[in-house]
Amino acid sequence: MSDDSMQTLEVHTQTEYKYGWSTLLDMDTFPKGLSEETVRAISLKKEEPEWLLEWRLKAYRHWLTMKEPTWANVHYPAINYQDIIYFAAPKKKLNSIDEADPELIKMFDKLGVPLEERKILAGVAVDAVVDSVSVTTTFKKELSTLGIIFCSFSEAVKEHPELVKKYLGSVVPYTDNFFATLNSAVFSDGSFCFIPPGVRCPMELSTYFRINAANTGQFERTLIIAEKGSYVSYLEGCTAPMRDENQLHAAVVEIIAMDEAFVKYSTVQNWYPGDKEGKGGIYNFVTKRGICAGYKSKITWTQVETGSAITWKYPSVILKGDESVGEFYSVAVTNNRQQADTGTKMLHIGKNTKSTIISKGISAGYSNNSYRGLVKIGKRADGAQNFSQCDSLLMGDKCGAHTFPYLEVDNPNARVEHEATTSKIGEDQLFYCKQRGLSEEDAINMIVNGYCKEVFNELPMEFAVEAQKLLAISLEGSVG
Amino acid sequence: MKPLLQISDLYVSIAGNAILNGLNLTINSGEVHAIMGPNGSGKSTLANVIAGRKEYVVESGTITYNGRDLFSMEVDERALEGIFLAFQYPIEIPGVSNSNFLKSTINVHRVHQGLPELNSLEMLKFIRSKMSSLEMDAELLKRSLNDGFSGGEKKRNEILQMTLLEPKLAILDETDSGLDIDALRIVADGVNHLRSPERSFIVVTHYQRLLAHIVPDFVHVLSNGRIVATGDKSLALKLEEEGYDWIRESPPVPA
Repeated sequence: MSDDSMQTLEVHTQTEYKYGWSTLLDMDTFPKGLSEETVRAISLKKEEPEWLLEWRLKAYRHWLTMKEPTWANVHYPAINYQDIIYFAAPKKKLNSIDEADPELIKMFDKLGVPLEERKILAGVAVDAVVDSVSVTTTFKKELSTLGIIFCSFSEAVKEHPELVKKYLGSVVPYTDNFFATLNSAVFSDGSFCFIPPGVRCPMELSTYFRINAANTGQFERTLIIAEKGSYVSYLEGCTAPMRDENQLHAAVVEIIAMDEAFVKYSTVQNWYPGDKEGKGGIYNFVTKRGICAGYKSKITWTQVETGSAITWKYPSVILKGDESVGEFYSVAVTNNRQQADTGTKMLHIGKNTKSTIISKGISAGYSNNSYRGLVKIGKRADGAQNFSQCDSLLMGDKCGAHTFPYLEVDNPNARVEHEATTSKIGEDQLFYCKQRGLSEEDAINMIVNGYCKEVFNELPMEFAVEAQKLLAISLEGSVG
Repeated sequence: MKPLLQISDLYVSIAGNAILNGLNLTINSGEVHAIMGPNGSGKSTLANVIAGRKEYVVESGTITYNGRDLFSMEVDERALEGIFLAFQYPIEIPGVSNSNFLKSTINVHRVHQGLPELNSLEMLKFIRSKMSSLEMDAELLKRSLNDGFSGGEKKRNEILQMTLLEPKLAILDETDSGLDIDALRIVADGVNHLRSPERSFIVVTHYQRLLAHIVPDFVHVLSNGRIVATGDKSLALKLEEEGYDWIRESPPVPA
């Protein structure tokens, strides 16, 4: 090994790891630290097949050779990867929801995740993921009559290994980037969704995440496959409790859309953002990518990101199929000391592909919000069209907003339009609203919601309402 | 009869510069007071201080509104208690539809008064009826607040809001600036329709012509931050003929 990689290896495996995998197997929660033993133990704990263990190990070994990227416009103290717990599970194994730990149920109640089927939001199936283990999957039976598979990733590995094997890593290979590689080695659980040809999923599929135990990194892995002519709308909503230690969230989401399939993936994210001085908070380093593999396929990412101490994510679409469409609608809010470097990548490969990017960044407090987007038009992507609109709203004069748009156009008949605006919520606007009787809070809400309207219009109804409330809470006390 | 607004010995500065220097003014319900004066005399400052703009620092003096200390009230509270400012330069708020804005402000006032909120249908009817008398196109409801409005449309939108919110004390801050004769007439008609014993107006203006349409009960002339002359509508005509020079030589008028 070269000196450089020796150094990297050393950095990643600082402490001598005391536990063999067999010892770990008996533990419900692993001690802090990461080694090949940890990876092996995770896989064995989940009773995974050999091929998946091998995949994890390949990823882990590859990760040891990688260096953490530093190009993002965010700053944070170095992460000690040995200071993280990589596996935590509630003690009992559950066959039905009746067996769930009452404390767990209480937590779900607090989060508003109704476990009993009759209480669930009309028509929304829920796959509740808590601290690395999926507790329940509801409406599984009802969806299965349509041939739709919606279950935890762990379950999919057991029940539908051929599908997982075929598509895992096909959009985000385990070598993709530092955090995706780490995820590939130690991913805990996530959602798996398969929509058979011609089927329109009748309900919005939803998943709740929560980081509970201290120092537990969430390494979620989600895989969504939409066969020819199918449709699914998927909701991801996150919450996390107040914590002092930073918690790493390095998830990977892969979406595959075949001919004329449409996948809509919506996220409302409000992970703990850290306190006013920037202490604590979640690090949200996520890799989300979809491939429009088929002709006339479509993938839409919509997101409202208000939480996390640091956000680093670029939900992207590979527009491989001819006439495929990729869309990205985003509102990213940063306040106090939060930092965000987010955006999207639209890669035009097929013919007559189209992409739309609408990004609304809102900065307040002392925060820093960067949009980073790539529109890449390949040589053979005749007739490609892109429209991008990146707006930044500054609330106050101590925050920052930055835009890094990259346009790489290698085809002469592509049409690429880019608009960007930067504006400030002025005292004038607030005063005007207040002079009409609106409280400062209501005034800010009104102005900010007006600003985000284009994006909110793309969210599924329930999320749009939650998003507006979330925005209001995130921006409390931000103008002064 | 208790005055609606009582300003006593008011000293106001902005960014360290003294603007109002011992201003005294008494306004009773039902009265229309015109405030005139040369540039820099403090006319807009007065309007903004009553509305509650924080940049204007009150150095000393008091303002009593309906028996209450005005300075103890926040901007939105003053508004809900019936103070309305028709802005000289109405600000734009993109993304917030005019109708949505009007609806929210109407309802927040109604709730404050213990009235039930209007639903969308009732609201639209109410708004549309007022808009037609101001010769405003209903299309303006769909646009973002003041966004892309012409100067005249902005001013009429201010009067529309005044009509909808039914204030006790309405302050018009140079509402006539930038308006042509026809728009001026429409605005004046809108204001005149609102005149009532329960409502007072402070009309801040440079020019006499608005006052030919909105006939004031009292005309005050502001100079160097204090009122130096008070009269009836004929005072405005005198200013029109003689300009402001003569008042600069006059002593201030006591309260």
